[in-house]
Amino acid sequence: MADIAAPSSIAAMGDSRSSLHKLMQRKSTVAFLMALPLILLITILVAYPAGYAVYLATLNKGMTRFVGFGNFEFLFGRDTFWLVVYQSCLFAITAVIFKALIGFVVAHFVHNIPSKGQRKWRGMLLVPWVIPPAMSTLAWLWLFDPSYSAINYLLQPLGIDRIPWTGEAGWARFSVILVNVWIGSPFFMIMYLAALKSVPEQLYEAAAIDGATWWQRIWYVTLPMMRNIIAITALFSLIVTFANFDIVRVLTAGGPLNSTHIFGTWAFRVGIEGGDIPLGASVSLFMVPILAVAAAFILRDITKRGSEV
Amino acid sequence: MASRKVSRRRFVAGTAALSTAMVAAPFVRGAYAAGKLSLGLWDHWVPGANKATEDLVKQWADKEKVDVSLDFITSQGNKLLLTTAAEGQAKSGHDILAFSTWLPARYSEQLVPMNDIMEPLIKQNGAVNGTVEYLGKVDGKWLAVPATVGSQIKGPCTRIDLLKQHAGIDIQAMYPAGGPPKADGWNLDAFMKAAQACHKAGVPFGIGLGTTSDSVDTAGAIFHSFGAQLVNAKGDITVKTDNVRKALDYYKQLMAFLPEDAPAWDDASNNKWLVSGKGALIMNPPSAWAVAKRDAPKVAEQCWTHGFPAGPAGRFGPFLPFFWGTWNFSKNQSAAKSLLVFLSQASSAEKMVAASGGYDLPSFANLTTFKTWAEEGPPTGTLFHYPNPYNHQTLSIAAAPAPHKIAEQIYTQAIQTQMIVRHYKGEAMDKTLDWAAKEIEGFSRN
Repeated sequence: MADIAAPSSIAAMGDSRSSLHKLMQRKSTVAFLMALPLILLITILVAYPAGYAVYLATLNKGMTRFVGFGNFEFLFGRDTFWLVVYQSCLFAITAVIFKALIGFVVAHFVHNIPSKGQRKWRGMLLVPWVIPPAMSTLAWLWLFDPSYSAINYLLQPLGIDRIPWTGEAGWARFSVILVNVWIGSPFFMIMYLAALKSVPEQLYEAAAIDGATWWQRIWYVTLPMMRNIIAITALFSLIVTFANFDIVRVLTAGGPLNSTHIFGTWAFRVGIEGGDIPLGASVSLFMVPILAVAAAFILRDITKRGSEV
Repeated sequence: MASRKVSRRRFVAGTAALSTAMVAAPFVRGAYAAGKLSLGLWDHWVPGANKATEDLVKQWADKEKVDVSLDFITSQGNKLLLTTAAEGQAKSGHDILAFSTWLPARYSEQLVPMNDIMEPLIKQNGAVNGTVEYLGKVDGKWLAVPATVGSQIKGPCTRIDLLKQHAGIDIQAMYPAGGPPKADGWNLDAFMKAAQACHKAGVPFGIGLGTTSDSVDTAGAIFHSFGAQLVNAKGDITVKTDNVRKALDYYKQLMAFLPEDAPAWDDASNNKWLVSGKGALIMNPPSAWAVAKRDAPKVAEQCWTHGFPAGPAGRFGPFLPFFWGTWNFSKNQSAAKSLLVFLSQASSAEKMVAASGGYDLPSFANLTTFKTWAEEGPPTGTLFHYPNPYNHQTLSIAAAPAPHKIAEQIYTQAIQTQMIVRHYKGEAMDKTLDWAAKEIEGFSRN
């Protein structure tokens, strides 16, 4: 038995060593190990807080008992909550559309600047995106100041009456979206610029030979080649814009009459300022299904196109 | 008495406090360190005001031989609020923490009862006003000690010259320095007429109608002046009452004489309004006047801080107290209480008041006549009536006397100012009342 067992155990050891060796040589294993620090960070800084938020959202106001979906049921009956849902969707969708359009146009302008001076323009155009949003929003707050607005001061000689930038619901919504577009457009611009640079010049040459107009070149060459980047950028921006906090918090604090509150700011108002942490957690979690649906649609489209290619 | 071993828990508490607070952290060490006490106090906006507290704490620490670490935590960006929430959740943090207005009640189950020190302090310093009792004492239990530092009355700060010139009111004669108020004629009708006259003259009253505390406090005091409660002490919703309707109607009239952008104002807007010289009156503690002293001395020379106008239900002034409390997980509760007693002595309060240029207010009845308020200027005596030395007005807070958990939501979500703006913008009274009732119904959930 022993005579037989010894070689077999050695063989088994050799096998396990070689399988470990094989495992370590597999690209997926190496990739996993290299990604492990990030996975751990995400687990600690994202997964745990998210799980804790889910736990908090299932507690009653006094955090003494489990109420299941009770907080969500309660929210569905509140007018203010639906106002926040409406405002969040309006804010995020409008801002992303304008950021995408402006980013697309500016990317084309920058792309057509001779490469010698292009770097300067790229740098300057990125400034709004590079400045911490809380700081730049403070500057906008002064520009929109209810009583001393610099913009109103400039508009006055043109005969334009004082605009209540943050004092009237419509203008306040416009103001927070404008600032978000101002801050976020450079991100779209730089992503689209990178995509534009990767479009093969031969395609444009072929289109020109076929007599394509400027618009046809954009529609039939540029846009199809940029589709994936456009989709990914829009998704990423949609998520970030939905989860925005600083712009609204600094500029309007959700006012007037709650007309500019978005999920983040209202969650803070209810949870931290109002002392109802479970309800605040429920408000902040409400954006998860909305974003999950958006992400599923966009990513499915990208996968489909990827497989077509 | 305060000697304690440095335990693991104390170490964790100390480090958690440091990591959660944005602090300027002077370290005050007792001469014969024999125990530890950590403090998280409100970071005063008045330059040098923290020093008085720091010196007092050091004096106590030297005498009691306690090692004290002192963090001044700003309320800017809700830093103090977030620190409090984090410590409450982590059950670890400072031994003594500054709790803003509604927080003692919010954390009532996590705070050490202070009856054993509050009752002697009241005997010694006089009674506290009803608002302090409402906010700091729940079910017969004192949850925290009213702090001198940061407590404030948000009464009118008036331009003497503009009110005299445009409304014919001599506010200094109504509230003379060194003497009791002669302000029987200072009521909501006179206030409305003055607001109208000043608006006509191009120097409107600067009263905000936003969602921050200055706006909410003023609305709260005027609602009280009409006896208008949104929720009574039992928790019944009393929105649809005549008094609430009267208060809303009054505000609708008043709002026509306020700056058009008042619904967008925050707590800085009224200060800027006064300092810029554009307005005849704001509702604020003397911080705006103090800034004017530095930036617009001519404006400051014409400012007078005084009492609220009286309404049908009485004269109410908004009072916003800070508290010092101790978590029930603190290991140094007896040392904390000893220090709080020391900080609540008249001599300590007087030093804090002097260091803040008269801004800070003790909550005890016998501590409202320090010489700082009589001597501060220009003009001399401008702050004499700021601490309500003759109990001329009832100190109040918006949303009282509702149960705390409801009142806090009414206050932070600015239900009263939102009602006012909705009604002013043309919404029918009943619709506004329905909206408010529904919102408040939601706050009543457990």
